Amino acid sequence: MRSVSILLLLILTGLAGYAQTTVSGRIKDNKGRPAAGVSITIKDSYDGATSDSLGRFSFKTTEKGEHLLSASSVGYKPFELKVNLDAVLQPIEIVLREELNELTAVTVTAGSFEAGDSKRTTVLSSLDIVTTASANADITGAIKTLPGTQQVGEKEGLFVRGGSGEEAKVFIDGTVVNNFFFSSVPDIASRGRFSPFLFKGTVFSSGGYSALYGQALSGALILETIDLPENSSASLGISSVGLSTGYQQLAKNKRSSWGIGYNYTNLYPYFKLVKQTPDYFTVPAFHNGEANFRIKTSKTGIIKFYGYFNYSDLGLRRKDIDSAALKDAFSLKNFNVYTNLSWKEKLGKHWKVNAGLGYSNNIDKIGNELQNEQNIKQQIVQEPYDTKDFYVRSGGILAQAKLVFERRITGLSLLRIGSEYLYSEDQTDFTNRYNNPAVNSFFREHFNAVFAETDIYVTNGLAAKLGGRFERSSILDKSNIAPRASLAYKIGKGQASFAYGIFYQKPERGYLFFNENLQYQRATHYIANYQQISTGYTFRSEIFYKKYKDLTTTFPDTSNNGYGDAKGIEFFWRDKKTFKGVDYWISYSFLDTKRSYLNYPLALTPNFAARHTSSLVIKKFLTNIKTQFNASYTFATGRPYYRFSYNSSNNKYVIADQGRTITYNNLSLSVNYLPNIGKQGAKRFVVWVFSVTNVLGNNQVYNYNYSYNGSRKEAVTPPAAKFIFLGCFLSFGVDRSEDIINSNL
Amino acid sequence: MIRKTFLLSVVLLTVSVALFAQSEKYTGAMKASISLLDTALYNGTLADLANRFERIGEAEKTQWLPYYYASYCVVMSSFMEKDKSKTDAIADRAEALITKAETLNGGENSETCVIRSMIASSHMMVDPQTRYMQYGQVSSAHITKAKSLDPTNPRPVYLEGQAKFYTPEQFGGGKAPAKELFEKAMVMFDTFKPATELSPAWGKTSTQYFLAQTK
Repeated sequence: MRSVSILLLLILTGLAGYAQTTVSGRIKDNKGRPAAGVSITIKDSYDGATSDSLGRFSFKTTEKGEHLLSASSVGYKPFELKVNLDAVLQPIEIVLREELNELTAVTVTAGSFEAGDSKRTTVLSSLDIVTTASANADITGAIKTLPGTQQVGEKEGLFVRGGSGEEAKVFIDGTVVNNFFFSSVPDIASRGRFSPFLFKGTVFSSGGYSALYGQALSGALILETIDLPENSSASLGISSVGLSTGYQQLAKNKRSSWGIGYNYTNLYPYFKLVKQTPDYFTVPAFHNGEANFRIKTSKTGIIKFYGYFNYSDLGLRRKDIDSAALKDAFSLKNFNVYTNLSWKEKLGKHWKVNAGLGYSNNIDKIGNELQNEQNIKQQIVQEPYDTKDFYVRSGGILAQAKLVFERRITGLSLLRIGSEYLYSEDQTDFTNRYNNPAVNSFFREHFNAVFAETDIYVTNGLAAKLGGRFERSSILDKSNIAPRASLAYKIGKGQASFAYGIFYQKPERGYLFFNENLQYQRATHYIANYQQISTGYTFRSEIFYKKYKDLTTTFPDTSNNGYGDAKGIEFFWRDKKTFKGVDYWISYSFLDTKRSYLNYPLALTPNFAARHTSSLVIKKFLTNIKTQFNASYTFATGRPYYRFSYNSSNNKYVIADQGRTITYNNLSLSVNYLPNIGKQGAKRFVVWVFSVTNVLGNNQVYNYNYSYNGSRKEAVTPPAAKFIFLGCFLSFGVDRSEDIINSNL
Repeated sequence: MIRKTFLLSVVLLTVSVALFAQSEKYTGAMKASISLLDTALYNGTLADLANRFERIGEAEKTQWLPYYYASYCVVMSSFMEKDKSKTDAIADRAEALITKAETLNGGENSETCVIRSMIASSHMMVDPQTRYMQYGQVSSAHITKAKSLDPTNPRPVYLEGQAKFYTPEQFGGGKAPAKELFEKAMVMFDTFKPATELSPAWGKTSTQYFLAQTK
């Protein structure tokens, strides 16, 4: 009975013991400023408070004995303190430490432009690419409105900071893409093969990029393909240049999807309407097929496949530069297959894996024939006409595998390690009067690389990226080690970044035919950048210095005696805030570069480098007429051109003639009309696109070609002054789930 | 023997009293906090209230509703944040809280989908022009899901109406289609029975407010 009374007594005292203790104090952050809105709590109890604007807090608790007092707030590391609630508590002073946070932390941005949805602070989104007036929905067309790029119209590729088009590589889901652009005709730039809608993220790096990528001296365009579509859909497009159809099926459980697409481009109707300078005897026609599947392997994992096929045929006749009575008939057939399989997955708590496999095959059949005014083949055994008849078949296969592991160390700090292997075969058969049967060249290459990179976050305001690559090429029989380092530091509202790196690139395959003992070409980058991004605007400025070494030279022998440098300053400003509903950006690049390579007699500014380049891009959507208006204007100062002639008396090349092209001006306009945007229950979505490049018809001269004896020079101009495009694109959502839900309500 | 039985029954009684007291304490604290929701919306104390719900959640360890309400308070405060550069971090906190709620609940339900839709909208509002494609779709997908998981829940319908209200007429929004949805939501609010006295029941006042705006 006594124990019972003790028990009752205990219960009663327990109830009576709800005496309260006051807990109070003040909270500051690591810079000594009062921290407001911090949640303070006695752990595992309901008791607590939120700090006021002066960081003060006070609350009463009925808890007794030893407890943990915790303080937490967004952006700070959780704080815990043991307190004894039996005693009277003195006010508690708490200092919170800043937590590393992906959103507020600095990011290393020297040299790279992120465009897409992978980061919340986007410079250019995929939609921006297709609404840039001058781009004609070509990815690199839009990239060319960013600083660091040249307005080269006679050759495809990104010409970055004094680098040639070959020096910038394109990567899709981590692996390199050979033949990213359609095979081209001399003096006419071709478009990229892939639709911008295929990609959700675009990173354009004009230098100092990550150790994960190699074999590009100047720049890297890193593209990430889209994940599962939101809905199943079918699409149809009709335009002034062709037809396109596509179908995407999303599985019921929304864990996988597949799709197919087909595009047919034929420029015949367009060329009938808009006169072209060259005489197209085979009007360009392209058949593209594509297929994809995407499978979610888990909440964090996805497997993606993309396959592409192209067959194209074209032929054009232009005046021969050496004789007014002769013409050159050039024909090109291209066959291209590209496939990419990638896998992303989180492994456990700390690891992530990115794996990629790629296979591509490209065959070009190129022929040139000398013809008279009646388009009949001519055979003239006299220089320079004797070599103007030729036929080339060039084929290239690339198979590759890449594996990258990422491990979180502490906070935001990361370590990435990985390796890649590329196997390639290139065969070129060249036939002309003096090489019949064909002279063949065949190269087989095994290229291996291993790389490691670490992102070190010291605080939210200071981060570094350190990395390196080891590469080995079997064809060069040489290895290299390329270190990369960059640093980002927060200054006020903006951040400063610095980047340094060594970049190697193999000589273009053709040169290996003449000398198998070539070595890697090399560029060293030094970049300093200041960037300020806020809601509505982006400001960037960047200065750089790039040093070239071991560039390929072709005279007196094919070797690595080339060198050069490039320096410059660039600005970028994008503003979506100042003018209501107007989005615009301005970029400016200053470039000072010289190089000695190929048959250059001395270090010269190459013909793909303009000193000043500037672009203005404006977009405005008018909601009342459901129409978006886009305009872009690009200006570039003239580029140098040269005629080198061989002087046999001293066995040297000399500059026989040189000059500078006229300034480049291009005003482009485009209009997108979306008649049923936002229409309720619309199962069809229509976009009308109308665009015109070079609206003012400015004379655009990219370069000059010289006749064999140097007595004549002829301007290299676009095939037509303007390009006009009209298209209608429809998509039909075939997902009827919403109807079913609605009818069930 | 008698003594033993007595002792046992006293012990059992005490335990059940304690348990009862515990659940009483939980229900009481939750009720008191839920009653503050409306005032917190207007006097800027949403963050305090969110912390209060979170404390209950942390102490209880098995209840999903405290985290649900904490997330609701945080996402509402993210809409009210004037400094847009802070919105994403606040919305991320709301997401972490709703994820905790879903874990304890053993998965998503109609109400947590409603919150997720609001979180996506909050991210979108930071920069609607560029983020519409990404977050607009996420937001509407969660509304659809919320409706399918509980067709009687008026809150997704209210959110849908709100989205229409703020969408320009040219894009299929405007007062007329919004009004239809608010009216539908009002009917649903009248018949909707919250599962427990602590279950979500908010939204009617706001629907009334918006409905008045459409006239």
